[in-house]
Amino acid sequence: MMAIAHFAITFIDFIGVWVLFDRFGAIKGWNLPEIALFYGMIHMAFAIAEAGARGFDTFDSKVRTGEFDRILLRPRSLVLQIIGQEFQLMRIGRFTQGFIVLCWAMWSLNNSLSFIKVMLIIISILGGTFLFIGLFVLQATLSFWSVQSLEVVNMVTYGGVEIAQFPVTIYDSWFRKFFIFVVPLACVNYFPAMGVLNKTDPLNSPAWLPWVSPIIGIVFFILALQVFKFGVRHYKSTGS
Amino acid sequence: MRAYISIVKLRFMLLIQYRVAAIAGICTQFLFGFVRVMVIAAFYASSTAIQPMSYGQTVTYIWISQAFLGMLPWNGDSEIQEMISSGNVAYELCRPIDLYNHWFCRAFAQRTAPTLLRAIPLFIVTLFFLPEKYSMQPPNSLASFGAWILVTIGALMLSCAITNLFNISMLWTISGDGIKRLLPAVVMIFSGMTVPLPLFPTWMQPILRILPFSGLVDTPMRFYLGNIKPSSIMPFLFHQFIWTFVLILYGKWLISRGLKRVEVQGG
Repeated sequence: MMAIAHFAITFIDFIGVWVLFDRFGAIKGWNLPEIALFYGMIHMAFAIAEAGARGFDTFDSKVRTGEFDRILLRPRSLVLQIIGQEFQLMRIGRFTQGFIVLCWAMWSLNNSLSFIKVMLIIISILGGTFLFIGLFVLQATLSFWSVQSLEVVNMVTYGGVEIAQFPVTIYDSWFRKFFIFVVPLACVNYFPAMGVLNKTDPLNSPAWLPWVSPIIGIVFFILALQVFKFGVRHYKSTGS
Repeated sequence: MRAYISIVKLRFMLLIQYRVAAIAGICTQFLFGFVRVMVIAAFYASSTAIQPMSYGQTVTYIWISQAFLGMLPWNGDSEIQEMISSGNVAYELCRPIDLYNHWFCRAFAQRTAPTLLRAIPLFIVTLFFLPEKYSMQPPNSLASFGAWILVTIGALMLSCAITNLFNISMLWTISGDGIKRLLPAVVMIFSGMTVPLPLFPTWMQPILRILPFSGLVDTPMRFYLGNIKPSSIMPFLFHQFIWTFVLILYGKWLISRGLKRVEVQGG
Protein backbone atom coordinates (compact mmCIF):
# COMPACT_ATOMS: atom_id res chain seq x y z
CA MET A 1 0.00 0.00 0.00
CA MET A 2 2.83 2.34 0.91
CA ALA A 3 4.66 1.74 -2.33
CA ILE A 4 1.51 2.26 -4.38
CA ALA A 5 0.78 5.44 -2.48
CA HIS A 6 4.31 6.66 -2.99
CA PHE A 7 4.16 5.87 -6.68
CA ALA A 8 0.83 7.64 -7.05
CA ILE A 9 2.15 10.67 -5.24
CA THR A 10 5.18 11.28 -7.38
CA PHE A 11 3.18 10.42 -10.46
CA ILE A 12 0.71 13.09 -9.48
CA ASP A 13 3.70 15.37 -9.34
CA PHE A 14 4.46 14.72 -12.98
CA ILE A 15 0.85 15.29 -13.92
CA GLY A 16 1.39 18.84 -12.70
CA VAL A 17 4.28 19.22 -15.14
CA TRP A 18 2.35 17.59 -17.95
CA VAL A 19 -0.61 19.94 -17.45
CA LEU A 20 1.60 22.97 -17.86
CA PHE A 21 3.10 21.64 -21.06
CA ASP A 22 -0.32 20.75 -22.37
CA ARG A 23 -1.30 24.35 -21.98
CA PHE A 24 1.89 26.22 -22.90
CA GLY A 25 3.64 23.82 -25.23
CA ALA A 26 7.16 24.60 -24.18
CA ILE A 27 9.16 26.34 -21.50
CA LYS A 28 11.84 28.74 -22.76
CA GLY A 29 12.70 26.49 -25.65
CA TRP A 30 12.58 23.20 -23.80
CA ASN A 31 9.90 20.64 -24.57
CA LEU A 32 8.27 17.98 -22.41
CA PRO A 33 10.54 15.01 -23.26
CA GLU A 34 13.59 17.11 -22.40
CA ILE A 35 12.05 18.15 -19.10
CA ALA A 36 11.16 14.51 -18.51
CA LEU A 37 14.87 13.72 -18.78
CA PHE A 38 15.71 16.24 -16.06
CA TYR A 39 12.74 15.10 -14.03
CA GLY A 40 13.54 11.40 -14.23
CA MET A 41 17.20 11.85 -13.37
CA ILE A 42 16.72 14.04 -10.33
CA HIS A 43 13.89 12.00 -8.89
CA MET A 44 15.84 8.77 -9.21
CA ALA A 45 18.83 10.35 -7.51
CA PHE A 46 16.70 11.70 -4.71
CA ALA A 47 14.81 8.43 -4.27
CA ILE A 48 18.01 6.50 -3.69
CA ALA A 49 19.33 9.13 -1.31
CA GLU A 50 16.03 9.22 0.56
CA ALA A 51 15.94 5.47 0.93
CA GLY A 52 19.41 5.30 2.36
CA ALA A 53 19.85 8.43 4.33
CA ARG A 54 16.67 8.94 6.29
CA GLY A 55 18.62 7.80 9.27
CA PHE A 56 20.22 11.21 9.24
CA ASP A 57 16.81 12.77 9.20
CA THR A 58 15.89 11.33 12.57
CA PHE A 59 19.36 12.16 13.77
CA ASP A 60 18.29 15.11 15.85
CA SER A 61 16.06 12.95 18.01
CA LYS A 62 18.92 10.54 18.58
CA VAL A 63 21.11 13.35 19.77
CA ARG A 64 18.38 14.59 22.05
CA THR A 65 17.66 11.24 23.65
CA GLY A 66 21.28 10.32 23.96
CA GLU A 67 20.91 7.28 21.77
CA PHE A 68 23.66 8.69 19.64
CA ASP A 69 26.10 7.71 22.35
CA ARG A 70 25.15 4.08 21.89
CA ILE A 71 25.81 4.29 18.19
CA LEU A 72 29.18 5.91 18.77
CA LEU A 73 30.18 3.03 21.01
CA ARG A 74 29.58 0.41 18.36
CA PRO A 75 32.66 -0.87 16.61
CA ARG A 76 31.36 -0.16 13.12
CA SER A 77 31.44 2.72 10.72
CA LEU A 78 29.33 5.53 12.08
CA VAL A 79 27.97 6.73 8.77
CA LEU A 80 27.03 3.25 7.59
CA GLN A 81 25.08 2.63 10.76
CA ILE A 82 23.01 5.72 10.41
CA ILE A 83 22.31 4.99 6.78
CA GLY A 84 21.26 1.46 7.55
CA GLN A 85 18.94 2.45 10.37
CA GLU A 86 16.11 3.69 8.31
CA PHE A 87 16.43 2.07 4.94
CA GLN A 88 12.98 2.30 3.55
CA LEU A 89 11.93 0.14 0.70
CA MET A 90 8.82 2.14 0.18
CA ARG A 91 10.81 4.88 -1.45
CA ILE A 92 10.73 2.52 -4.42
CA GLY A 93 7.66 4.49 -5.48
CA ARG A 94 9.53 7.66 -6.33
CA PHE A 95 12.35 5.70 -7.90
CA THR A 96 10.07 3.69 -10.15
CA GLN A 97 8.23 6.76 -11.26
CA GLY A 98 11.46 8.58 -11.99
CA PHE A 99 12.64 5.58 -13.93
CA ILE A 100 9.49 5.34 -16.01
CA VAL A 101 9.58 9.06 -16.78
CA LEU A 102 13.24 8.78 -17.73
CA CYS A 103 12.59 5.85 -20.05
CA TRP A 104 9.74 7.70 -21.68
CA ALA A 105 12.02 10.70 -22.12
CA MET A 106 14.71 8.65 -23.82
CA TRP A 107 12.16 7.00 -26.07
CA SER A 108 10.50 10.24 -27.14
CA LEU A 109 13.73 12.11 -27.67
CA ASN A 110 14.63 9.68 -30.43
CA ASN A 111 18.10 9.91 -29.13
CA SER A 112 20.83 7.69 -30.34
CA LEU A 113 21.13 5.81 -27.10
CA SER A 114 24.79 5.06 -27.08
CA PHE A 115 26.40 3.12 -24.27
CA ILE A 116 28.34 6.19 -23.28
CA LYS A 117 25.17 8.23 -22.86
CA VAL A 118 23.58 5.61 -20.66
CA MET A 119 26.74 5.56 -18.54
CA LEU A 120 26.58 9.33 -18.32
CA ILE A 121 23.02 9.18 -17.06
CA ILE A 122 23.89 6.52 -14.50
CA ILE A 123 26.90 8.43 -13.28
CA SER A 124 24.99 11.67 -12.99
CA ILE A 125 22.22 9.93 -11.04
CA LEU A 126 24.88 8.56 -8.71
CA GLY A 127 26.41 12.01 -8.43
CA GLY A 128 23.00 13.37 -7.56
CA THR A 129 22.51 10.67 -4.95
CA PHE A 130 25.78 11.63 -3.32
CA LEU A 131 24.79 15.27 -3.38
CA PHE A 132 21.49 14.63 -1.62
CA ILE A 133 23.06 12.30 0.92
CA GLY A 134 25.60 15.03 1.56
CA LEU A 135 22.75 17.42 2.22
CA PHE A 136 21.12 14.97 4.63
CA VAL A 137 24.46 14.60 6.41
CA LEU A 138 24.71 18.37 6.74
CA GLN A 139 21.20 18.43 8.13
CA ALA A 140 22.18 15.94 10.78
CA THR A 141 25.32 17.89 11.56
CA LEU A 142 23.30 21.04 12.15
CA SER A 143 21.52 19.21 14.93
CA PHE A 144 24.77 19.13 16.88
CA TRP A 145 24.47 22.83 17.35
CA SER A 146 20.76 23.39 17.50
CA VAL A 147 19.32 20.00 18.44
CA GLN A 148 16.57 20.57 15.90
CA SER A 149 16.83 19.20 12.42
CA LEU A 150 16.57 22.36 10.49
CA GLU A 151 13.79 22.67 8.03
CA VAL A 152 16.07 24.98 6.13
CA VAL A 153 17.86 21.98 4.67
CA ASN A 154 14.52 20.53 3.64
CA MET A 155 14.10 23.59 1.51
CA VAL A 156 17.17 22.61 -0.45
CA THR A 157 16.46 18.89 -0.65
CA TYR A 158 12.75 18.77 -1.47
CA GLY A 159 12.90 22.23 -2.92
CA GLY A 160 16.00 21.22 -4.81
CA VAL A 161 14.18 18.38 -6.50
CA GLU A 162 11.45 20.75 -7.64
CA ILE A 163 14.03 23.22 -8.85
CA ALA A 164 16.16 20.73 -10.73
CA GLN A 165 13.12 19.27 -12.48
CA PHE A 166 13.53 22.16 -14.87
CA PRO A 167 16.76 23.24 -16.56
CA VAL A 168 18.42 25.97 -14.56
CA THR A 169 18.36 28.27 -17.56
CA ILE A 170 14.75 29.17 -16.85
CA TYR A 171 15.64 30.76 -13.54
CA ASP A 172 17.07 34.17 -12.85
CA SER A 173 20.82 34.48 -12.95
CA TRP A 174 21.42 34.85 -9.23
CA PHE A 175 19.21 31.86 -8.45
CA ARG A 176 20.94 29.81 -11.10
CA LYS A 177 24.39 30.63 -9.77
CA PHE A 178 23.43 29.44 -6.29
CA PHE A 179 22.44 26.07 -7.63
CA ILE A 180 25.55 25.71 -9.73
CA PHE A 181 28.16 26.82 -7.24
CA VAL A 182 26.76 26.52 -3.73
CA VAL A 183 24.39 23.56 -3.83
CA PRO A 184 25.57 22.10 -7.13
CA LEU A 185 22.29 20.61 -8.30
CA ALA A 186 22.95 21.80 -11.82
CA CYS A 187 26.23 19.90 -11.90
CA VAL A 188 24.56 16.57 -11.29
CA ASN A 189 21.52 17.19 -13.42
CA TYR A 190 21.59 20.01 -15.93
CA PHE A 191 25.12 19.78 -17.29
CA PRO A 192 25.21 16.01 -17.74
CA ALA A 193 21.79 16.19 -19.37
CA MET A 194 23.25 18.65 -21.84
CA GLY A 195 25.72 15.94 -22.74
CA VAL A 196 22.92 13.46 -23.27
CA LEU A 197 20.79 15.84 -25.28
CA ASN A 198 23.66 17.04 -27.42
CA LYS A 199 22.21 20.51 -27.27
CA THR A 200 24.27 23.65 -27.35
CA ASP A 201 24.22 24.97 -23.85
CA PRO A 202 22.67 28.44 -23.57
CA LEU A 203 25.06 29.03 -20.70
CA ASN A 204 28.07 28.47 -22.95
CA SER A 205 29.74 25.89 -20.78
CA PRO A 206 32.75 23.99 -22.08
CA ALA A 207 32.09 20.77 -23.99
CA TRP A 208 33.84 18.53 -21.52
CA LEU A 209 31.74 19.73 -18.57
CA PRO A 210 28.88 17.20 -18.88
CA TRP A 211 31.28 14.35 -18.44
CA VAL A 212 33.04 15.75 -15.40
CA SER A 213 30.37 17.59 -13.44
CA PRO A 214 28.68 14.61 -11.72
CA ILE A 215 31.89 14.26 -9.76
CA ILE A 216 31.01 17.56 -8.08
CA GLY A 217 28.19 15.70 -6.35
CA ILE A 218 30.66 13.26 -4.87
CA VAL A 219 32.98 16.09 -3.86
CA PHE A 220 30.08 17.77 -2.11
CA PHE A 221 29.36 14.58 -0.21
CA ILE A 222 32.96 14.24 0.91
CA LEU A 223 32.98 17.83 2.11
CA ALA A 224 29.74 17.25 4.00
CA LEU A 225 31.28 14.21 5.65
CA GLN A 226 34.21 16.28 6.84
CA VAL A 227 31.84 18.77 8.41
CA PHE A 228 29.99 15.90 10.05
CA LYS A 229 33.17 14.39 11.44
CA PHE A 230 34.13 17.79 12.77
CA GLY A 231 30.77 17.94 14.51
CA VAL A 232 31.19 14.48 16.00
CA ARG A 233 34.60 15.35 17.39
CA HIS A 234 33.20 18.31 19.22
CA TYR A 235 30.10 16.45 20.28
CA LYS A 236 28.96 17.01 23.79
CA SER A 237 26.34 14.55 24.80
CA THR A 238 23.07 15.95 26.17
CA GLY A 239 23.69 13.43 28.82
CA SER A 240 22.06 10.63 30.76
CA MET B 1 -21.58 24.45 22.83
CA ARG B 2 -19.37 26.24 25.32
CA ALA B 3 -17.31 23.08 25.64
CA TYR B 4 -16.58 23.11 21.94
CA ILE B 5 -15.58 26.74 21.95
CA SER B 6 -13.15 26.18 24.77
CA ILE B 7 -11.67 23.16 23.00
CA VAL B 8 -11.03 25.30 19.97
CA LYS B 9 -9.65 28.14 22.08
CA LEU B 10 -7.26 25.95 24.05
CA ARG B 11 -5.90 24.13 21.05
CA PHE B 12 -5.61 27.37 19.12
CA MET B 13 -3.66 29.01 21.94
CA LEU B 14 -1.35 26.04 22.05
CA LEU B 15 -0.67 25.99 18.32
CA ILE B 16 -0.07 29.73 18.16
CA GLN B 17 2.94 29.18 20.40
CA TYR B 18 4.85 27.38 17.66
CA ARG B 19 6.45 30.50 16.29
CA VAL B 20 9.84 29.06 15.41
CA ALA B 21 8.22 26.31 13.40
CA ALA B 22 6.10 28.97 11.75
CA ILE B 23 9.15 30.94 10.69
CA ALA B 24 10.69 27.84 9.19
CA GLY B 25 7.39 27.12 7.49
CA ILE B 26 7.20 30.63 6.08
CA CYS B 27 10.69 30.33 4.59
CA THR B 28 9.91 26.95 3.06
CA GLN B 29 6.65 28.10 1.57
CA PHE B 30 8.22 31.27 0.31
CA LEU B 31 10.87 29.28 -1.50
CA PHE B 32 8.40 26.81 -2.99
CA GLY B 33 6.13 29.64 -4.03
CA PHE B 34 9.03 31.50 -5.55
CA VAL B 35 10.18 28.48 -7.54
CA ARG B 36 6.66 27.89 -8.82
CA VAL B 37 6.32 31.56 -9.73
CA MET B 38 9.59 31.47 -11.67
CA VAL B 39 8.56 28.32 -13.51
CA ILE B 40 5.19 29.85 -14.39
CA ALA B 41 6.94 33.03 -15.54
CA ALA B 42 9.07 30.95 -17.90
CA PHE B 43 6.02 29.13 -19.22
CA TYR B 44 4.05 32.32 -19.82
CA ALA B 45 7.03 33.82 -21.58
CA SER B 46 7.11 30.87 -23.94
CA SER B 47 3.63 31.15 -25.35
CA THR B 48 1.62 33.95 -26.94
CA ALA B 49 -1.72 32.20 -26.75
CA ILE B 50 -4.44 33.69 -24.56
CA GLN B 51 -4.66 31.88 -21.25
CA PRO B 52 -7.65 31.44 -18.91
CA MET B 53 -5.80 33.54 -16.36
CA SER B 54 -3.35 36.34 -16.89
CA TYR B 55 0.23 35.97 -15.67
CA GLY B 56 -0.30 38.37 -12.77
CA GLN B 57 -3.40 36.48 -11.70
CA THR B 58 -1.56 33.17 -11.78
CA VAL B 59 1.25 34.57 -9.66
CA THR B 60 -1.28 35.85 -7.13
CA TYR B 61 -2.99 32.47 -7.17
CA ILE B 62 0.29 30.72 -6.39
CA TRP B 63 1.23 33.08 -3.56
CA ILE B 64 -2.11 33.02 -1.80
CA SER B 65 -2.41 29.25 -2.07
CA GLN B 66 1.05 28.96 -0.52
CA ALA B 67 0.08 31.38 2.23
CA PHE B 68 -2.98 29.30 3.06
CA LEU B 69 -1.21 25.95 2.85
CA GLY B 70 -1.86 25.40 6.55
CA MET B 71 -5.56 25.41 5.84
CA LEU B 72 -5.31 22.57 3.37
CA PRO B 73 -6.29 19.16 4.77
CA TRP B 74 -2.98 17.63 4.00
CA ASN B 75 -2.34 16.06 7.37
CA GLY B 76 -4.21 14.77 10.34
CA ASP B 77 -3.92 15.50 14.02
CA SER B 78 -0.81 13.65 15.14
CA GLU B 79 -1.96 13.61 18.73
CA ILE B 80 -5.13 11.84 17.73
CA GLN B 81 -3.10 9.30 15.79
CA GLU B 82 -0.95 8.78 18.88
CA MET B 83 -4.03 8.29 20.97
CA ILE B 84 -5.43 5.72 18.62
CA SER B 85 -2.29 3.67 18.21
CA SER B 86 -1.55 3.71 21.93
CA GLY B 87 -5.12 2.93 22.89
CA ASN B 88 -5.58 6.10 24.89
CA VAL B 89 -8.50 6.87 22.67
CA ALA B 90 -10.46 4.86 25.22
CA TYR B 91 -10.17 7.80 27.61
CA GLU B 92 -11.66 10.06 24.99
CA LEU B 93 -14.68 7.81 24.80
CA CYS B 94 -15.38 8.37 28.46
CA ARG B 95 -15.82 12.08 27.98
CA PRO B 96 -19.36 13.48 27.89
CA ILE B 97 -18.97 15.07 24.47
CA ASP B 98 -19.45 13.64 21.06
CA LEU B 99 -16.09 12.39 19.82
CA TYR B 100 -16.57 13.52 16.24
CA ASN B 101 -17.40 17.05 17.32
CA HIS B 102 -14.48 17.07 19.69
CA TRP B 103 -12.07 16.11 16.96
CA PHE B 104 -13.69 18.55 14.57
CA CYS B 105 -12.97 21.39 16.98
CA ARG B 106 -9.36 20.27 17.22
CA ALA B 107 -9.19 20.24 13.43
CA PHE B 108 -10.63 23.73 13.35
CA ALA B 109 -7.84 25.02 15.57
CA GLN B 110 -5.27 23.02 13.64
CA ARG B 111 -6.37 24.56 10.39
CA THR B 112 -6.51 28.14 11.62
CA ALA B 113 -3.64 28.77 14.04
CA PRO B 114 -0.67 27.72 11.89
CA THR B 115 -2.28 29.36 8.86
CA LEU B 116 -2.64 32.71 10.58
CA LEU B 117 0.99 32.61 11.69
CA ARG B 118 2.18 31.96 8.18
CA ALA B 119 -0.33 33.70 5.97
CA ILE B 120 0.03 37.18 7.39
CA PRO B 121 3.80 37.53 6.93
CA LEU B 122 3.64 35.88 3.51
CA PHE B 123 0.89 38.24 2.41
CA ILE B 124 2.86 41.24 3.55
CA VAL B 125 6.07 40.17 1.88
CA THR B 126 4.59 39.07 -1.43
CA LEU B 127 2.18 41.98 -1.70
CA PHE B 128 4.59 44.79 -0.87
CA PHE B 129 8.18 43.64 -1.01
CA LEU B 130 8.58 41.72 -4.22
CA PRO B 131 9.48 43.16 -7.62
CA GLU B 132 6.50 43.70 -9.90
CA LYS B 133 7.32 40.64 -11.92
CA TYR B 134 6.82 38.27 -9.00
CA SER B 135 4.47 40.09 -6.69
CA MET B 136 0.95 39.33 -5.57
CA GLN B 137 -1.93 41.52 -6.70
CA PRO B 138 -4.53 43.03 -4.38
CA PRO B 139 -8.10 41.74 -4.66
CA ASN B 140 -10.03 42.67 -7.74
CA SER B 141 -12.61 44.80 -5.93
CA LEU B 142 -14.14 45.28 -2.52
CA ALA B 143 -16.98 42.97 -3.43
CA SER B 144 -14.51 40.37 -4.62
CA PHE B 145 -12.67 40.69 -1.34
CA GLY B 146 -15.86 40.12 0.61
CA ALA B 147 -16.77 37.14 -1.53
CA TRP B 148 -13.31 35.77 -1.00
CA ILE B 149 -13.69 35.96 2.77
CA LEU B 150 -16.95 34.04 2.60
CA VAL B 151 -15.67 31.22 0.42
CA THR B 152 -12.52 31.00 2.50
CA ILE B 153 -14.68 30.28 5.52
CA GLY B 154 -16.45 27.65 3.44
CA ALA B 155 -13.09 26.22 2.46
CA LEU B 156 -12.07 26.11 6.11
CA MET B 157 -15.12 24.08 7.12
CA LEU B 158 -14.61 21.74 4.19
CA SER B 159 -10.98 21.32 5.15
CA CYS B 160 -11.92 20.46 8.74
CA ALA B 161 -14.35 17.84 7.50
CA ILE B 162 -11.68 16.22 5.35
CA THR B 163 -9.06 16.46 8.09
CA ASN B 164 -11.44 14.77 10.48
CA LEU B 165 -12.12 11.99 8.01
CA PHE B 166 -8.41 11.48 7.84
CA ASN B 167 -8.20 11.28 11.63
CA ILE B 168 -11.02 8.76 11.73
CA SER B 169 -9.39 6.59 9.10
CA MET B 170 -6.57 6.08 11.59
CA LEU B 171 -8.88 3.76 13.46
CA TRP B 172 -8.37 1.22 10.71
CA THR B 173 -4.70 1.34 9.93
CA ILE B 174 -1.73 0.62 12.10
CA SER B 175 0.76 3.16 10.87
CA GLY B 176 -1.51 5.00 8.50
CA ASP B 177 1.40 5.67 6.25
CA GLY B 178 -0.35 4.82 3.01
CA ILE B 179 -3.17 7.28 3.52
CA LYS B 180 -0.80 9.76 5.08
CA ARG B 181 1.06 9.93 1.81
CA LEU B 182 -1.82 9.64 -0.60
CA LEU B 183 -4.11 12.24 0.88
CA PRO B 184 -1.80 15.26 0.58
CA ALA B 185 -0.92 14.34 -2.98
CA VAL B 186 -4.56 14.04 -4.04
CA VAL B 187 -5.52 17.19 -2.18
CA MET B 188 -2.64 19.20 -3.59
CA ILE B 189 -3.30 18.41 -7.20
CA PHE B 190 -7.08 18.65 -7.22
CA SER B 191 -7.36 21.75 -5.10
CA GLY B 192 -5.14 23.80 -7.37
CA MET B 193 -2.09 23.95 -5.11
CA THR B 194 0.29 22.20 -7.51
CA VAL B 195 -1.00 23.87 -10.64
CA PRO B 196 -3.85 26.41 -10.67
CA LEU B 197 -6.97 24.62 -11.79
CA PRO B 198 -7.87 27.04 -14.59
CA LEU B 199 -4.65 25.96 -16.32
CA PHE B 200 -5.74 22.36 -16.50
CA PRO B 201 -7.00 21.10 -19.86
CA THR B 202 -10.54 22.13 -20.73
CA TRP B 203 -11.86 18.60 -20.73
CA MET B 204 -10.82 18.18 -17.10
CA GLN B 205 -12.57 21.31 -15.86
CA PRO B 206 -16.01 19.76 -15.21
CA ILE B 207 -14.46 16.91 -13.21
CA LEU B 208 -12.34 19.29 -11.19
CA ARG B 209 -15.33 21.49 -10.54
CA ILE B 210 -17.40 18.67 -9.08
CA LEU B 211 -14.72 17.21 -6.83
CA PRO B 212 -14.73 18.66 -3.32
CA PHE B 213 -11.08 19.71 -3.45
CA SER B 214 -11.60 22.62 -5.80
CA GLY B 215 -13.56 24.27 -3.01
CA LEU B 216 -10.44 24.34 -0.88
CA VAL B 217 -8.17 26.58 -2.90
CA ASP B 218 -9.49 27.18 -6.38
CA THR B 219 -12.87 28.59 -5.42
CA PRO B 220 -11.48 31.22 -3.02
CA MET B 221 -8.87 32.15 -5.61
CA ARG B 222 -11.34 32.69 -8.40
CA PHE B 223 -13.30 35.13 -6.27
CA TYR B 224 -10.26 37.00 -5.04
CA LEU B 225 -9.04 37.49 -8.58
CA GLY B 226 -12.44 38.47 -9.85
CA ASN B 227 -12.24 35.55 -12.23
CA ILE B 228 -15.79 34.82 -11.09
CA LYS B 229 -18.11 37.71 -10.33
CA PRO B 230 -18.95 38.10 -6.62
CA SER B 231 -22.62 37.90 -7.53
CA SER B 232 -22.25 34.26 -8.57
CA ILE B 233 -21.15 33.23 -5.13
CA MET B 234 -24.18 31.10 -4.28
CA PRO B 235 -23.49 28.00 -6.44
CA PHE B 236 -19.94 27.85 -5.12
CA LEU B 237 -20.90 28.27 -1.50
CA PHE B 238 -23.48 25.59 -2.10
CA HIS B 239 -20.87 23.25 -3.56
CA GLN B 240 -18.65 23.74 -0.53
CA PHE B 241 -21.57 23.36 1.85
CA ILE B 242 -22.91 20.19 0.28
CA TRP B 243 -19.54 18.49 0.29
CA THR B 244 -18.84 19.60 3.85
CA PHE B 245 -22.23 18.29 4.92
CA VAL B 246 -21.78 14.96 3.14
CA LEU B 247 -18.27 14.47 4.49
CA ILE B 248 -19.34 15.33 8.04
CA LEU B 249 -22.21 12.83 7.85
CA TYR B 250 -19.89 10.21 6.45
CA GLY B 251 -17.36 10.98 9.16
CA LYS B 252 -19.92 10.58 11.90
CA TRP B 253 -21.08 7.29 10.49
CA LEU B 254 -17.51 6.09 10.05
CA ILE B 255 -16.48 6.98 13.57
CA SER B 256 -19.31 4.99 15.12
CA ARG B 257 -18.34 2.00 12.98
CA GLY B 258 -14.70 2.43 13.83
CA LEU B 259 -15.18 2.71 17.55
CA LYS B 260 -17.20 -0.47 17.66
CA ARG B 261 -14.23 -2.43 16.43
CA VAL B 262 -11.58 -0.76 18.52
CA GLU B 263 -9.87 -3.23 20.79
CA VAL B 264 -8.25 -1.63 23.75
CA GLN B 265 -5.34 -3.71 24.84
CA GLY B 266 -4.94 -4.23 28.41
CA GLY B 267 -3.68 -2.46 31.46
